[in-house]
Amino acid sequence: MRITQGTFSFLPELSDADIKAQLGYALGQGWAIGVEYTDDPHPRNFYWEMWGNPMFDLRDAAGAMTEVTACRKAHPQAYIRVNAFDATRGFETTRLSFIVNRPANEPGFHLKRTETGGRQIQYTIEPYATQAPEGQRYP
Amino acid sequence: MGSKAERYKSGVMPYAQMGYWNPDYVPKDTDIIAVFRITPQDGVDPIEAAAAVAGESSTATWTVVWTDRLTACENYRAKAYRVDPVPGAEGQYFSYIAYDIDLFEEGSIANLTASIIGNVFGFKPLKALRLEDMRIPVAYLKTFQGPATGIVVERERLDKFGRPLLGATTKPKLGLSSKNYGRVVYEALKGGLDFVKDDENINSQPFMHWRDRYLYCMEAVNKAAAATGEVKGHYLNVTAATMEDMYERAEFAKQLGSVIVMIDLVIGYTAIQSMAKWARRNDMILHLHRAGHGTYTRQKTHGVSFRVIAKWMRMAGVDHIHAGTVVGKLEGDPNVIGGIYSICRDAHTKQNLEQGVFFDQDWASLKKLMPVASGGIHAGQMHQLITYLGEDVVLQFGGGTIGHPQGIQAGATANRVALEVMIKARNEGRDIWNEGPQILAEAARWCSPLRAALDTWKDVTFNYQSTDTADFVPTVTTA
Repeated sequence: MRITQGTFSFLPELSDADIKAQLGYALGQGWAIGVEYTDDPHPRNFYWEMWGNPMFDLRDAAGAMTEVTACRKAHPQAYIRVNAFDATRGFETTRLSFIVNRPANEPGFHLKRTETGGRQIQYTIEPYATQAPEGQRYP
Repeated sequence: MGSKAERYKSGVMPYAQMGYWNPDYVPKDTDIIAVFRITPQDGVDPIEAAAAVAGESSTATWTVVWTDRLTACENYRAKAYRVDPVPGAEGQYFSYIAYDIDLFEEGSIANLTASIIGNVFGFKPLKALRLEDMRIPVAYLKTFQGPATGIVVERERLDKFGRPLLGATTKPKLGLSSKNYGRVVYEALKGGLDFVKDDENINSQPFMHWRDRYLYCMEAVNKAAAATGEVKGHYLNVTAATMEDMYERAEFAKQLGSVIVMIDLVIGYTAIQSMAKWARRNDMILHLHRAGHGTYTRQKTHGVSFRVIAKWMRMAGVDHIHAGTVVGKLEGDPNVIGGIYSICRDAHTKQNLEQGVFFDQDWASLKKLMPVASGGIHAGQMHQLITYLGEDVVLQFGGGTIGHPQGIQAGATANRVALEVMIKARNEGRDIWNEGPQILAEAARWCSPLRAALDTWKDVTFNYQSTDTADFVPTVTTA
């Protein structure tokens, strides 16, 4: 399967030039770039590991791309995403978030159904990968 | 006017002379201001008509009453302070009326509207009356909860940023059994939509009772979430005959793990506010379908403009509101829709007469209301939709998903690919308004569902003259 979190997951993999163009757009809006990675792709895993702090003072797409490349090199089998943060009043949130790296093989999720009373089912979504310890999930 | 004794002598007196017309009045920061389009009966002076509207929507009755003198009545009288002819519309006037904040109960849309649109719309000296816009003072806004969730928190909960959200309404609207209904939900979500939606008239009919529908829909939602790794949702319509029924349905939706429930505008302002408070207490996104609004928002001379309804609904506290598509099958002049979207989404809406927005409106940190574009739209219009409606919007393709020749999943995928490719191109600095069709055609080369969608619907447009247009510029129609 293919995890389709992020703004561009239905498109063919973004090239480095594509990524740089999006970084340039985000920086042009005055947003700060952050790079994050994880080996737990649960849809409600909100806190991926930060590849350093968001780069509030960096205004250059090439510099941001360097960080993407470095994170990919360190974690080639991780999900890596680029977030763009907007500190403008009334937003103060992420404005763009897209995946720039993913494991070669994505086993997906187990949907666990626990039957309770009255035909009700309690659903749990569990990434197959997280059955292994952190760091050993995507060999 | 002469002495107080003369003013309060029994009998009938023109409203303007009773104190409801005051051209020198300067509205206070705490006043609520309404602008009405009035069409007086032949021979009725527009200023007297405006004063009558001010009177009948505040303290007046048809005759002088001495009991006014027991009150600080100057304070409680609404004041018409400005009357302008409507450009290009003979016999119609914009009349501005200021109301003291103490005329209204805190945090109550029902009370606000009981005055502003209470008796006055049936008033005989007027041929027609339309509430065009209102300025709500910060002091009064702060007595309202506002959207239970708001755009920012909704996106953070769903973990979806940088693009419009995608939805679809299950079709056919009526008749599907719960099990078949859930099939549509699953296919559409797995194919790439974020939300599927009950239609406004899906409640609990003989062919499908609500509990059964909720159970199958939540199976569909969870199965699609596991298949994609995304948070998914289905707007479970909790509209019902009584508040007790609605609370019961909403509680069940929550118990099943739904992220969103929906209500219809026809349940009424008080029920909407109750559900908004329930939604805030229960971490639930609250979708509002504006069922019924066209009966009073569409005609320019009489009723209530939808921009006012949008303001009331942001105060009342819903999170989503159907607010027009511009290009789809339902009424929607681009300027008027632009104004309504500003009212939903801005932190501070600026006066924009070309868009029908009469006042600056500071929203006093009330959360933002997500507009929803639904009705006769398809993937081939993606560049137009994004240009007109921007990013913070739910685009709902019902027929445009479910009617796809390769099936529902393919229909959803076509819409999602069209959306992502267009956002990517926009961010890259391409001119999507002009290059849109080419951008879609390029993507259709590698995405066969998109190709089939474009082939099926490429010539579908709904190009009719709008009836609800702004008055201050020549209006444009969409291509």
